[in-house]
Amino acid sequence: MDLLEFARGPALQVAAYILVAGTIWRIVGILLLREKPDYSEPRARGGLGAALKVIYSRSFTATPFKPATLYPKMLAYVMHIGLFAVVLLFVPHIMFFEGFLGFSWPGLPNNAIYVLGVASVASAVALLVRRLTSPVLRLISNFDDYFSWFVSTLPLVTGLIIPLRIGFRYEDLLAIHILSVVLLMIWLPFGKLGHTFLVFITRGTTGMVFERRGART
Amino acid sequence: MTTVDGRHTLDREAERLAYKPPEIRHDKQGDMEDEARINAAMHHFVKNFNTQTASYLDGCLHCGMCADACHYHVRTDDPRYTPIWKIELFKRTYKRQVGPFAFFYRLLGLKRHVTIDDLEEWQHLLYDSCTVCGRCSLVCPMGIDIAGLVSMARHGMFKAGLIPHELHEVAKKSAETGSPLGITPEKFEDRVEWMADEHDVEIPMDVEQADVLAVMSSIEIQKYPQSIAATAKILNAAGETWTFRTDGFEATNFGMLSGNPDWQKVATMKLIDAAIKIGAKMIVLPECGHAYMALRWQGANMYGKPLPFKVMHISEYMADALEKGKIRVKHVPKSVTYHDPCQVSRRGGATKAARVVLDHLGVDFREMQFGGDYNWCCGGGGGVVTITRADGLRRRVFKLKMDQVEKTEADELLSSCANCRQSFDDSQEYFNWDYKMGSLMEMVAENLEEDGS
Repeated sequence: MDLLEFARGPALQVAAYILVAGTIWRIVGILLLREKPDYSEPRARGGLGAALKVIYSRSFTATPFKPATLYPKMLAYVMHIGLFAVVLLFVPHIMFFEGFLGFSWPGLPNNAIYVLGVASVASAVALLVRRLTSPVLRLISNFDDYFSWFVSTLPLVTGLIIPLRIGFRYEDLLAIHILSVVLLMIWLPFGKLGHTFLVFITRGTTGMVFERRGART
Repeated sequence: MTTVDGRHTLDREAERLAYKPPEIRHDKQGDMEDEARINAAMHHFVKNFNTQTASYLDGCLHCGMCADACHYHVRTDDPRYTPIWKIELFKRTYKRQVGPFAFFYRLLGLKRHVTIDDLEEWQHLLYDSCTVCGRCSLVCPMGIDIAGLVSMARHGMFKAGLIPHELHEVAKKSAETGSPLGITPEKFEDRVEWMADEHDVEIPMDVEQADVLAVMSSIEIQKYPQSIAATAKILNAAGETWTFRTDGFEATNFGMLSGNPDWQKVATMKLIDAAIKIGAKMIVLPECGHAYMALRWQGANMYGKPLPFKVMHISEYMADALEKGKIRVKHVPKSVTYHDPCQVSRRGGATKAARVVLDHLGVDFREMQFGGDYNWCCGGGGGVVTITRADGLRRRVFKLKMDQVEKTEADELLSSCANCRQSFDDSQEYFNWDYKMGSLMEMVAENLEEDGS
């Protein structure tokens, strides 16, 4: 078995198991905690509608906070949009997903994906610089913040260098790329990258509580 | 002779070369061992954890945006005042002890044990420099209610006997005498009689059956007793069958502010019991922010079932009475700006009420830039105004409020919270500021149409 076969085969498979099991464990661990009923007389309907509203609305910054948060927010948008586009709209990725999903969808031209990928990495680097230089971020950051940055940026970088063929065989570069994705999948459920799924719980529950009070969400 | 130019603030807190910070004071209650304090702090923090709070601690991205929403950080640039940092110790313990991966954290020693020195340092962060105003909760991209977590952390700090001395004294006095300022039922009755005479208004007391139970905050009874008369004038004009009660008059809840749910419940139950005893259909809460949070949103949960009566803040009551035509007011030809008490507006959801009242008063209402739900806090909420060692910091952050108010160029500044009013009055005097905080309720009471009912 060569490196590419290992990466594509057992490595990816084990990573997928860990990703699914870890995610379920973390979500269940949180959902199993005791809920106390809220007996206060509601002012408005909370419920699922409120949860969905805030899951959507908190993607945008309220006007009073825009000037102070514009820079990191813009970087975060570019980083996330670039990442999602590269993962989901790059034609070879779509073909990979089609392999086990059984259906496909239209992708973006390779050049566009390349630009988005580079923009995503550039934003990630700018966010890291910010984390290393802002007194607030330096104080509150821990291992998770830096390691999560590393494992989520690495697949982008290893993917972007494949077409450059910098003295390596294509197969080896592809194997390294897949292994970096494997690392991301293994780490995702455990650290802060869990916000991929936790965001629905945090925003949703806040929406339910505060909408019920008729308060600003 | 020297005079201070009133247009410019005399900032006695400004740093200078010879500036020597005061000795840091870490207060302690009781004589527990350090280890027992740490255990108590953490146990009582995690005790009431639910899905929401657990997801909050698991979901923080460490993006630091909450710092930009916090008046303490904005005014000082001290990174320790980053709201989420204020619960760092508890976040750490959660991950180590309770979270879904606690086992790994413990096994690999990934999260450092919390020490007594840490907790002592955090006393300053959880009490002196947080008014639980909840502005940070609105900026968080994950939607984490950081202010709610601070309140939970305070539960831990109280049980560990690690809260600021003054706040503990006030809360203890409140639990023992029923009032944070030691106002006894007799004293309350005296004040009510005095106000009835002074303002020539009928004030029912200890009526056995009434539709409405009106309650007061000790700050009003002591410092702004005209509030008692104003409440009476409004409820009389609306034609309510109402009463004050000597067995349930105190609306403030220092049990809640200090972080002791047991004392919180005692204070809440007094009001609930008094209301049930007289068959009240409604409790009208006074101009007090945290009283609204304590009874309107937390009261039923202390009681353990839905309350058999409605709870309204006085601003909500006035808005409702004006809309229904139960009271009418004369127009007031003035420009007015309004300071929203955080617990009534941002966190309580009653933001509109004051605007409805101001609309009926026909004033030239000048909303502050980013007022309403995004208002800067007065800096005195969450019990902070009682903590004397925090005075310097409190006045320093008050500058944000001053700027916000001054930009409106309004004739009058109003609010609907005696606690805000107290911290405004303190800073007004300190800075020799032009604006004097007024009361929305008093403006209504002074401008009631005689044939209002």
